[in-house]
Amino acid sequence: MQLYLPIADIPVNVFLILAMGAAVGFVSGMFGIGGGFLMTPLLIFVGIAPAVAVASVASHIAASSFSGALSYWRRRAIDPVLAVVLLSGGTIGTALGVWTFTLLRSLGQLDLMIATSYVILLTTVGGLMFWEGLRALLRARRGGAATVRRPGSHGWIHGLPLKMRFKRSKIYLSVIPVIVIGLVIGFIGAVMGIGGGFILVPLLIYVLRVPTSTVIGTSMVLTLVTMVFATMLHAVTNHLVDAVLALILMVGGVTGAQFGARAGQKIRGEHLRLLLGLLVLAVGIRFAVELVIRPEDLFTVRETGITG
Amino acid sequence: MTARLTQWLAGLAVGAALAISPAQAERLIVSVSNHRVTVTPNYSGDELVLFGSVEKDANTPPNRSYDLVVTVAGPRADMVTRRKERRFGIWINTDSRQFLNVPTYLALFSNRPFDAIASPEVLRRQQIGLNNVLLTQRVGPDYADVVPDDAFRSAFVRLRKQHGLYREETSAVTFLTPTLFRTSIPLPAEVPIGTYNVEIKLFADGALVTKTDTAFEIVKVGFEQFVANTARQNGFVYGLATAFMALMTGWMASIVFRKD
Repeated sequence: MQLYLPIADIPVNVFLILAMGAAVGFVSGMFGIGGGFLMTPLLIFVGIAPAVAVASVASHIAASSFSGALSYWRRRAIDPVLAVVLLSGGTIGTALGVWTFTLLRSLGQLDLMIATSYVILLTTVGGLMFWEGLRALLRARRGGAATVRRPGSHGWIHGLPLKMRFKRSKIYLSVIPVIVIGLVIGFIGAVMGIGGGFILVPLLIYVLRVPTSTVIGTSMVLTLVTMVFATMLHAVTNHLVDAVLALILMVGGVTGAQFGARAGQKIRGEHLRLLLGLLVLAVGIRFAVELVIRPEDLFTVRETGITG
Repeated sequence: MTARLTQWLAGLAVGAALAISPAQAERLIVSVSNHRVTVTPNYSGDELVLFGSVEKDANTPPNRSYDLVVTVAGPRADMVTRRKERRFGIWINTDSRQFLNVPTYLALFSNRPFDAIASPEVLRRQQIGLNNVLLTQRVGPDYADVVPDDAFRSAFVRLRKQHGLYREETSAVTFLTPTLFRTSIPLPAEVPIGTYNVEIKLFADGALVTKTDTAFEIVKVGFEQFVANTARQNGFVYGLATAFMALMTGWMASIVFRKD
């Protein structure tokens, strides 16, 4: 069934968009990530203008993460205190990120900057996650106690002042690293147009040692708030949010996210990390290949403004 | 560059003079099948038909055979063409040209190959053929069109052609009788919204006899128009509504799929 999108100005197949939303929603529900780094390239692939894709995906991620966050909330798998502290850093980071984005755009070569940071970020994070997951898996197979939290291995992060008790996560931690992580994620998210869940989750697990039981739900809250903020920002400044496209994506996305969340609960933590690592790595490699291989067409045409 | 522009202006003047000269007394009467194409949710491109006839009078030489060229130009916009080059092992955009105020849709139809209709000189003056249409580029501080085989210009035309937005068909105009003609104007789904100008030029014996023009518009109506207008005029409300819609969808899903 074809439907004409009012802002993107092209007709699309509703079922194709629904299916894409559902597939990305499944992945996002399973791993507790927004999935923007998957959705945006897919939309561009079906012919939607990159700017419209980025702007509309923000609202799709908001819907997915809200439905996910609600079900995690019911299962008491969200640490509200941790979420609030993360958000306080996240808001500042987002504002800084938007400012940097504008600056980079005025300098030119923004596309290249985004592509290379995608490659660097996705391959490093994906590679690390994959490696960690693999090691944990091997350790478990050898019969050793898997991921034990050794008291001595806390490191300098746990020596910082301003300590606070995050009850739900059962951790006692300084707020400084939490705010810094929120800030970094907000910054990266605004510059690269992604929610940043796939970086946040490993950071929370490995750096702050937040238990796996609350990490996904809490990261979803952060994604939700930043994406609602991003939707508003895109709608006010660029007028490029396609509500019809967003709605189709959302309906597919939230449905997929529910099944994904359920599937995620059934999979062991190490397996989940291994899978997510593989996925992130694969997308990173795909971007890298695109930069290295000679493009089919060396020329591109882009509209820069209607003159009348 | 300037020389070419002057030439083109001169051509325009000659063309205008010819059109009003009393010796060439043909008149063109044309109409398009639909002057207002409406974009609704199930819009997926359209096709218009242009038909018309050549009216003769007492001054017209008998048994003249006519050629016809139809130019359809969509709303104008600025576009940029970029070229990728390999630098440090990766392909990046290195060079770009800006095309200023060029048609977003451009179609040229005729009843036989352009070079059989008139001399290259006339074709260039009348901007007939994608190679002869004026596409202004910004080259440093200058504004000018370049030679047709310029890499950026030909890449630009080629990419627009791939999307069906630029086209050139030299057998699209059919003469039903020696003076009655028709042609169809295909509009692919991604054609831009706006006003389209149609220019019809009549040739006989390699010279422009007369020309006329008409227009049609592509407009969004109903829901599409409402959404597009709200997004443009009330960005804040629109964003708020979209965000609210996102939250509602998420909430509904968590209710629907609740499992306890």
